[in-house]
Amino acid sequence: MNAIVTDQITKSFNGFIAVNKINISVKEGELFGLLGPNGAGKTTLINMLSTMIHPTSGTGTVNGFDVVHDSASVRAAIGVVFQGSTLDEQLTGWENLDLHGRLYGLPASLRKKRMDEVLDLVELSHKSKLLVKTYSGGMIRRLEIARGLMHHPKVLFLDEPTLGLDPQTRLHIWEYIRRLNQEEGITIVLTTHYMEEADHLCDRIAIIDNGQVVALDTPEKLKSVFGGDVIILTLDTSEDAKKLSRVYKEAGYASISTEDQTVYLSVKKSEEVVPKVFSTAFTSGINIQSMTVRKSTLDDIFIHYTGRGIRDNLVDDITYMKYKLQTKRR
Amino acid sequence: MDAMLSFQTVYTMWLREMLRFKRAKSRIVGSLATPLFFLIILGTAMGSSYNIENYKEFMAPGIIAMVLLFSSIFGGISVMWDREFGFLKEILIAPVNRFCIALGKAFGGVTTAMIQGILLMIITNGFGVHYKSLPGMLLSIPIMFIIGIGFISLGIALATKIESHEGFQMVMSFLTMPLVLLSGAFFPLSKLPDWLKIAVHLNPLTYGVEALRFTLIGESEIPIVVCLVVLTSFAITTTAIGGWLFGRMEV
Ligand SMILES: Nc1ncnc2c1ncn2[C@@H]1O[C@H](COP(=O)(O)OP(=O)(O)OP(=O)(O)O)[C@@H](O)[C@H]1O
Ligand SMILES: [Mg+2]
Repeated sequence: MNAIVTDQITKSFNGFIAVNKINISVKEGELFGLLGPNGAGKTTLINMLSTMIHPTSGTGTVNGFDVVHDSASVRAAIGVVFQGSTLDEQLTGWENLDLHGRLYGLPASLRKKRMDEVLDLVELSHKSKLLVKTYSGGMIRRLEIARGLMHHPKVLFLDEPTLGLDPQTRLHIWEYIRRLNQEEGITIVLTTHYMEEADHLCDRIAIIDNGQVVALDTPEKLKSVFGGDVIILTLDTSEDAKKLSRVYKEAGYASISTEDQTVYLSVKKSEEVVPKVFSTAFTSGINIQSMTVRKSTLDDIFIHYTGRGIRDNLVDDITYMKYKLQTKRR
Repeated sequence: MDAMLSFQTVYTMWLREMLRFKRAKSRIVGSLATPLFFLIILGTAMGSSYNIENYKEFMAPGIIAMVLLFSSIFGGISVMWDREFGFLKEILIAPVNRFCIALGKAFGGVTTAMIQGILLMIITNGFGVHYKSLPGMLLSIPIMFIIGIGFISLGIALATKIESHEGFQMVMSFLTMPLVLLSGAFFPLSKLPDWLKIAVHLNPLTYGVEALRFTLIGESEIPIVVCLVVLTSFAITTTAIGGWLFGRMEV
């Protein structure tokens, strides 16, 4: 059975189409990833599926219930960790969790047990009696995740769960996400800017750009579409890079992208292609400064489908997260 | 089962308001200073200048009603800050009845408002305002509750429609102040010109002031039964509207 099905689900804001006729189905127990650059429509899609906003057209069902007509049943089945903070900063971490447990009807003993469990997971037990407004950005994020995991929902939406966390905490969260998924059978939909996160965790990934799904498959299949190798050529100038990529395109290479003076070629078998790549460059009079060959990663696939690196406009995540928190506090 | 859940939701939201109140205690008690100054200075000055007897007694229920109004509207409109700071998402996503959430919020806010009202009643009593009787003072408490619920729900209803802080300022200047000034908190109703009389009688707060006057000093120009009917209808109407609008909110 499918945990989530969308049929042409669409959301526009005053004529601007943020999510454009998306059809996806997520199987029960699946760990599903949504990947896409800033503004792709990931959060908007999650907001519709979690009944926070109404689709402009199209439909969606979660756990068998329609997100518009049966939103109460949907809400009973899901948990959401939103992208921005949704904590009450005037309360302590402990109080925030306690209220959450009460809202989800957890009896006192279970509530206490889960609170200890999740506080331990995100290593905030020693800070739980402090007001949330004294927390750092990363601590706020961790508490938020802890809270979202507390009531063990059927379907869990995680909107950039590990944004801005240090590597160690991120590993813990990954481990817990996977454990929830495998041991508790919770279906999980997560968005992320971290390729290794998607690659590492997700059973299937949908790459979203401009409100549309441009690719959807397992990480392995996505990576194998172009056979698995990437040739990276560094040239003298970016003009050279553009010129050479045109030449390669005419020569029949399917997957080419450029970034400044670098050309990326995704190919099936690099050992057969490399000599041709060199001779083609030579005949068109372009000098190759250096060449690297490596196994293709999800990053390459992403660049192929969306035309940009996922972090092109994410200078670094901590700054980005702080910015988000600040704009909210204004 | 369902009733149990609804109760739990209302209680949870009430609990949250109380937790916040606990931390803001000193600020909230401090906010009683202004109305107290009003009463002592204005009450004494007006009383002696215009030779009105017992003007302080006349004004005290009005001042209490004013504090209830401020506190309630503010409590209701704080939903706007919950949206601003994201916490509203946490409560709207929860699998609970939204009407119960609004109700819990209202009960929480009204508790805060009543604590302020009761404190002010006790303090003014200590400052030489003579209330009629202890039972009268006790009877004022449920009246404070009805006044509070009415305006807090009005605040919630407004918060679902208002986008920004400017909107909040507008409410404060174009709703709250006129409600206070047109309530008969500071002047008797009988000698007003017609246009003012109509405005004052259309104002729900007037009936709150009058009801408190009845219980606290034993006299009111509008019969207490009329006051209670109007206040209760107002509270039921705004709660219905506020709860309904809150239920339809998107974030
Ligand atoms: N309430 C809104 N009103 C107007 N436009 C909106 C609204 N919410 C989202 N948008 C627009 O819809 C588009 C998609 O936004 P969304 O937040 O879904 O992107 P995203 O994929 O989550 O991006 P990010 O990775 O930065 O979180 C953006 O262009 C955004 O400006
Ligand atoms: Mg987003």
